Amino acid sequence: MNYIFLTSGLLLGWTFGANGAANLFGTAVGTKMLKFRTAAIIASIGMVAGAVLEGGGASETLGQLGAINASAGAFTVALAAGATLALMAKLRLPGSTSQAIVGGIVGWNLFSGASTDYSLLAQIATTWFLCPALAAFFAIIIYFITKYLLENVKMHLLTMDAYTRYALIIVGAFGAYSFGANNIANVMGVFVSTSPFKDIAIGQHIHFSSVRQLFLLGGIAIAVGVFTYSKRVMKTVGRDLYRLTPVTAFIVVLSHSLVLYFFASNNFREWLISLNLPTFPLVPVSSSQAIIGGVIGIALAKGGRNLQWGVLGKIFSSWITTPIIAGFISFFALFIVQNVFDQKVYDVTIHSFPDMVIERLEREEIEGYVLQSLAGMEFSNTRRLRRYLNDFRDLDFEVKDKIVFYSTKEGYEINRALLKQIREEDFTATQLQDLYSLKSGKFLYSWEIYDLLSERSDEWKLKPNTEENIEYNEELKRKYECVTELFKIKHN
Amino acid sequence: MAAILKISKVIENQIDEFLDLVSESGMLFRRGIENYLNGDIKQLNQRLQRVIEYERKADNLRVDIEKQLSLRTLIPENRGDVLSLLESTDNIIDNIKKTLQIFSIETPAIPEKYNDQFSELTDTSIQSAEWLIRSVRAFFKEFMSVKDHIHKVSFYEKESDDIAFKLKKQIFADKLDLSLQMHLRYVVSNIESISDYAELVSDRLAIYTINRMI
Repeated sequence: MNYIFLTSGLLLGWTFGANGAANLFGTAVGTKMLKFRTAAIIASIGMVAGAVLEGGGASETLGQLGAINASAGAFTVALAAGATLALMAKLRLPGSTSQAIVGGIVGWNLFSGASTDYSLLAQIATTWFLCPALAAFFAIIIYFITKYLLENVKMHLLTMDAYTRYALIIVGAFGAYSFGANNIANVMGVFVSTSPFKDIAIGQHIHFSSVRQLFLLGGIAIAVGVFTYSKRVMKTVGRDLYRLTPVTAFIVVLSHSLVLYFFASNNFREWLISLNLPTFPLVPVSSSQAIIGGVIGIALAKGGRNLQWGVLGKIFSSWITTPIIAGFISFFALFIVQNVFDQKVYDVTIHSFPDMVIERLEREEIEGYVLQSLAGMEFSNTRRLRRYLNDFRDLDFEVKDKIVFYSTKEGYEINRALLKQIREEDFTATQLQDLYSLKSGKFLYSWEIYDLLSERSDEWKLKPNTEENIEYNEELKRKYECVTELFKIKHN
Repeated sequence: MAAILKISKVIENQIDEFLDLVSESGMLFRRGIENYLNGDIKQLNQRLQRVIEYERKADNLRVDIEKQLSLRTLIPENRGDVLSLLESTDNIIDNIKKTLQIFSIETPAIPEKYNDQFSELTDTSIQSAEWLIRSVRAFFKEFMSVKDHIHKVSFYEKESDDIAFKLKKQIFADKLDLSLQMHLRYVVSNIESISDYAELVSDRLAIYTINRMI
C-alpha cells in the first residue's frame, strides 16, 4: 500500500523532469547546439546523481516544517501540490512546486494539529525572494566576465562555437545536479518520514539508506519526465517567455545552477561554515524563478531595456497565491481522503506530562510554576500544547521547544539487531561501542534513549551552545535522530 | 567534442583560404587594369585567366564550407549570417571577373589622358574591397575591431564615387564620339561598382556584428 502512495510524488517528479530539463537545455537544444538525446542523457544522469548524493539537506528542512508521518497524508500533500500547479496553469498564473509543497505541508500541519515552525516558514519564504534575486546578481557578474572575455580573447567564431557547446554541456550537467539535489525535496521530501524502503548494506562500506532509495526512485521519475516530455516543453517554453542565444543561455543556466546548488548542498554549507561565512538555508527553491532571475539579470546588465516588469509582478504574486491555494487544497483533500476514503492521513502526536517528564524538565531548569500547571496533563496534538504554552507569556521559544520535545510520546524499542542498518563510519568507535552496549527495552520518549547514551560517554553529550560548537552539536543531533528513528516503533 | 574542434579548425582554414582568393583577385584586377592602360592586353588576359580560376576555387570552397556548416550543425545561431556573408563576398570576385572580361572582350578605347584617373579609380575601388575583406576576417576572429575597418570601406566607396563622377563629367565634356562616351561611362560604372558592392556587404556585416554581441 505504501508504495502506491508514492505515485503522486512520482507524478510530480515526472513533471519536474520535463520542465527542469527544458529550463536547463531548452536553448541549447532549440538552437541545435546540442542534440536532444545528448541533453536528455546528461540531464537525467545529473539529476539522479544530485538527488541521491545531495538531496538530503533541503528535504530535511521540509521535514522540520512538517514531518508528515502517514503515507496517505504524504500522498495527499504531493497530490494537492500537483493539483495547485495544474489549477494555476489553467488560470495562466505562474506557480512553483517549491511553494506549492510548502503550502501543502502547512495545510497538513493545520489539519493534523501539528505545530508549524513560523520562523522556519519565514526563512523559507525569504529564500523565494532570494532565489531569483541571487540568480539575477550572479547573471550580472557572469555577464560582464563573459563579455570581457569575448571582446578581449581573440577567438575564431567557429572555435567559440565549439567552446560554447562544451560550456553548455558542463553548466547543463552542473545545473541538472543542482536541480536534482535541490528539487528532489519537492518530489520526495514529504515521503521521507514514511519511506516504505529498508536500508540496504552491502559489505562494510556500501550503505544505501531508505531515504536515498526514495530519492533514487524520485530521480528515476524525473529522468522519465526528461525523456518522455521535455522535448515538447523545450519547444514551447523557450519561445513563450524569452529567447536566449547560446552564450546568454550559458550565463542564465550557470547563475541558476549556482543558486540551486547553494540552497541544496550540505558540503558547500560546511565549507562556508569552515570559513566563518554566513550560510544559505537548505531549502527547495523554484528552478523556473531562478532562470527568470538570470534573464532579468542579463537585461539589467544591458541597461534595463526590454525588462518585462509584468513577469516580475507575476512572480511576486505567485509567492503569496501558490502556497495559500496549495494550503487550502491540501487541507480539504486531507479531509476527503480521511473521511471519504477512510485513510489515515496523520499519526497523532501526543504530548503527556507524567512525573518522569516533569522531573526531566526540572533538570532542564524549566520554571516550577509552569511544570506544576503541566503535571499530569495530556495534549492530543502539538498545536494544542503550543496554544496552552502561549498563555505563559514570559516563556521564550527555546523553552517552549524543550517542553514540546521532552513531552512527545512516540514509542521506541531498542533492538540491537537493527543496528546493522546504521552507517558505522558516521559514528566514532566509542559511540558505536555505546550503541551496542544498550540493553533491550521499550521506551515512550526519545529523550530516554538520549539520556541512556549520554550517561555512557562524553561523546554523546552536547557541548555548550556557542558559535564554534554549532556544527558539532548539529552533527550529534543528527546522530541522535538517526538512532531514535531506527528504534522507533513503526505503526504503518 | 574533440571532433567538433578539429572540424572547426578545418573550416576556419577554408574560410581564410576563401578570403585570400577574394583579396588576391582584387590585386590581380588592379594589375590587370594597369596592364591594359599600358597597352599590354596579353598580360591582362593572363591575369583574367587567373581570376577565373580563383573564382571557381572560391565557389567550390564556399559550397564546401556551407555544406560542412549545415551538415555538422556548426554555429547554428550565426550560420544564416555567415552563409549570407560568404555568398555576398563571393559576388565581389564575380564582379571583378566580369569587369576584367569587359576590358578583354570590348577593349574600350580609353584616351591616354584619362589613364591616371582610371588608375586612381581602380585603386580606390579595390581598396574598398580590401578593407571589406579585413572586416570579414575580423568578424570571424576579433569581432570588436570590425567597426574600425568598416568605416574605411565606406570612405573608399565615397572616394571612388567622387573620382567616377569627375571622370564621367570630363568624358562627356570632351569632344568625343557619343558611342565612345557611352562606352567609357559604362566601363567607369563597372569599376566603381566593385566598391559599391563592398559597401553593401559591409552594411550587412555591421548588422551581423551587432547580432554577435551578447
